[in-house]
Amino acid sequence: MAEPDKGLVLSDEQKRRRRARNIALALVLGGLVVLFYLITLFRLGGDVVNRPL
Amino acid sequence: MSLTNEHLPLAAGGFAEPSRAEVRDFVTLLKPRVMSLVVFTALVGMVLAPGGLHPVLAAVSLFCIAIGAGASGALNMWWDADIDAIMTRTRGRPVPAGRMEPGEALAFGLVLAVGSVLTLLLAANWQAAALLAFTIFFYVVIYSMWLKRWTVQNIVIGGAAGAFPPMVGWVAVTGSISVESVVLFLIIFIWTPPHFWALALVKSEDYARAGVPMLPVVAGEAETRRQILIYSLILVPLAVVPFAMGFGGLTYGAVSIGMGALFLMLAIRVFRVREGAPAIKAARDLFAYSILYLFVLYATLLGEALFSAGA
Repeated sequence: MAEPDKGLVLSDEQKRRRRARNIALALVLGGLVVLFYLITLFRLGGDVVNRPL
Repeated sequence: MSLTNEHLPLAAGGFAEPSRAEVRDFVTLLKPRVMSLVVFTALVGMVLAPGGLHPVLAAVSLFCIAIGAGASGALNMWWDADIDAIMTRTRGRPVPAGRMEPGEALAFGLVLAVGSVLTLLLAANWQAAALLAFTIFFYVVIYSMWLKRWTVQNIVIGGAAGAFPPMVGWVAVTGSISVESVVLFLIIFIWTPPHFWALALVKSEDYARAGVPMLPVVAGEAETRRQILIYSLILVPLAVVPFAMGFGGLTYGAVSIGMGALFLMLAIRVFRVREGAPAIKAARDLFAYSILYLFVLYATLLGEALFSAGA
């Protein structure tokens, strides 16, 4: 009986590199959240509190 | 169908194999050393510009300019992977070294290019964003794809891409291009040919092998030495213009004249010493000094502007 196809099996080194890339991407995404928050805040300036309550 | 981390059907999805790229390979694509010079010159443009941009928005704008420069570097490494593989200086880059697929570099560069331009649009103004987009386009399409392999004037015209950052910084603050920002642009623009041709004199065999029509390869070393001297003779007085126009102070005037005189002496030495090891040393010295020269000129402008703002 033929072995079931397991697809592409990653080596430990490939898994390590993928994990490092994923962590870097997560940090970049988190950084972007902070970046756009800051842009919004400082673009609006004092108007940030100018809203109907 | 369930997928586990260990058994991804990547081959079935059309990928030959998973990416081998490390995080540091993506950092290499950004050309960090070029990026640091871009950040520095853009910062000088921002600080010298009249008017006010909130420091946080200015920092974000500077970051966008840096990422835009990194995007240019990544797209350049995607396009030039074939000649990078031939030249000793560049064969270790991620794509020619086989650590990264060309498509990864392309996607990375495109995402950063679009992202940096749009973010600069949000943080500063559309004029700065448009100029940054043009800078990336100029470096990737006009210089890398067109001029670099086609004309001996490649770095003369392509040098504009490296000269735009202080102008982008200036426009991010003011929203418009002024004569002062054009002068900042011209200094780097005219500085680029003698800087790169000094390197090309040392690395001419590399460029010849890769088929890049650098001046020493096409017109010969004698013509290159003559052109280096001509551009140096234009550069040195041009670098004094900020002092003459008043946006560079006395210190800048003295530094630009003193360091310019040494630049000219080194260019004359490259012109006169043409044989053997002393000729190579003369070219190397001019190349190294040209980096210091530009850095000190811009640092002096920056120092004066910060000092007068604090005084």
